[in-house]
Amino acid sequence: MVNLIWALLAIVGIVYAAFNGTMKEVNQAIFQTLDEAVMITISLAGVLVFWLGLMKIAEEAGLLRGLAALFKPVVKRIFPDIPENHPALGYILSNMTANMFGLGNAATPMGLKAMKELKNLSGSDHATRSMITLLALNTSSLTLIPTTVIAVRMKYGSSDPTSIIGATILATIVSTCAALCIDRYFYHRRKRRLEL
Amino acid sequence: MISIWLIPGIICLVLVTATIKKIPSYEIFVEGSKEGLQIAVSLLPFLLGMMVSIAVFQASGAMGAVLVLFEPVMNMFGAPEEILPLAFIRPISGTAALSMTTELIRTFGPDSFIGYLASVMQGSTDTTLYIITVYFGAVGIKRMGDALKVGLLADLVGILASIIIVIILFQ
Repeated sequence: MVNLIWALLAIVGIVYAAFNGTMKEVNQAIFQTLDEAVMITISLAGVLVFWLGLMKIAEEAGLLRGLAALFKPVVKRIFPDIPENHPALGYILSNMTANMFGLGNAATPMGLKAMKELKNLSGSDHATRSMITLLALNTSSLTLIPTTVIAVRMKYGSSDPTSIIGATILATIVSTCAALCIDRYFYHRRKRRLEL
Repeated sequence: MISIWLIPGIICLVLVTATIKKIPSYEIFVEGSKEGLQIAVSLLPFLLGMMVSIAVFQASGAMGAVLVLFEPVMNMFGAPEEILPLAFIRPISGTAALSMTTELIRTFGPDSFIGYLASVMQGSTDTTLYIITVYFGAVGIKRMGDALKVGLLADLVGILASIIIVIILFQ
C-alpha cells in the first residue's frame, strides 16, 4: 500500500504539473527536499544519539523497568503480546510519557528503540500486532502540553496562549481511544481471516 | 513553565540513580549512543524518498486541486473551509502543517474561532505518514500490515473530534 501511495503522489504531481505549467516549481521542490531530508536526518541523529545514550543508562539503572512496573496493568492491556519484563515495555512507556509532555524530540528516539526491541522479539520484517499498536499510539500522539502550538499562539499575541490545552487534551484522548479501538478492530479482522 | 525543568530533571534523575547504583554511566552512554547514529543513518533513505514524493505533489499544485474537492465535505461538518488544507495535510507533512497553523493563527488571530481550531488540530494529532516512515524505516519493516489504515482512520476521528470540541467549547 505504501508503495502505491508513494508512487502515486509523485506521478500525479508530475502529470498535474505538466498540465498546470508548474514543472519549474516541481524541479525546485525536488532538490530543495533532498537538502531538507538530510538536514532533518542530521538533527534527528543528534537527538537520537543523545537520548538513546541516556536511556541506556536509565535501562541499566533499572529506571525503565520501574516505569514499566508502575504502569503494568494499563500497558499489559494495550500490548498483550509483549512478554512481562521485556525491555520494549520500558521504552514504550518512556515514549508515551515524552509524548504526553510535548517532548517530541525525546519521544522519537524512545519510540524507535521500542520498535527495535519489538523487532528483536519477532525477528521478521512483517509489522507485528504490538508494532501497529505502538504506531497507532504515536500517530494520535497523546499530548497533555502542546508546547509548539502554545509557542506559536504566544508569538502572535494571544490573550491566553494556554487556553487551548483543555480542548487539545479532550481531542487527543478521543483520537487516542479511537486509534486503539480501530487497531483492535483490524487485529481481530486479521485474526478472523487467518482462521477462515 | 514546567517544560524548562523537565528535560534537565530527567537527565539529573537518570545520572543520580546510575551514580548511586555504581553504574559506569559514561561508558554506557557511549554504548547506547552508537545505536542512535546507526538508526539515523538507516532512516535517511526512507525519509528522503517519502519527502520528495510529497514535495512533488505539493509543488505541482495537485494538492491544492484535491483540497478543492473536499470543501463541500468540510462545510457539511460546519467547519470553516479555511481550515480544510490543514486538516488534510496534518497526517501527511509535519512541517507543512506547522507552517499552515502558524499562517492561520497569524491571519485570523490566535483567539479567533479558526485560531482555536487550528491550534487544537495541530496539537492533538501527529504526522502519521512521517511516523510510519520513520518508525518502520528505522527497523526495516517491509510489510506494514494495517498500520497505515489504522493511523489515517484515527487521524480522521481526531480531526472531526477537534472540530466538534472547538465548536462546543469556543463558539
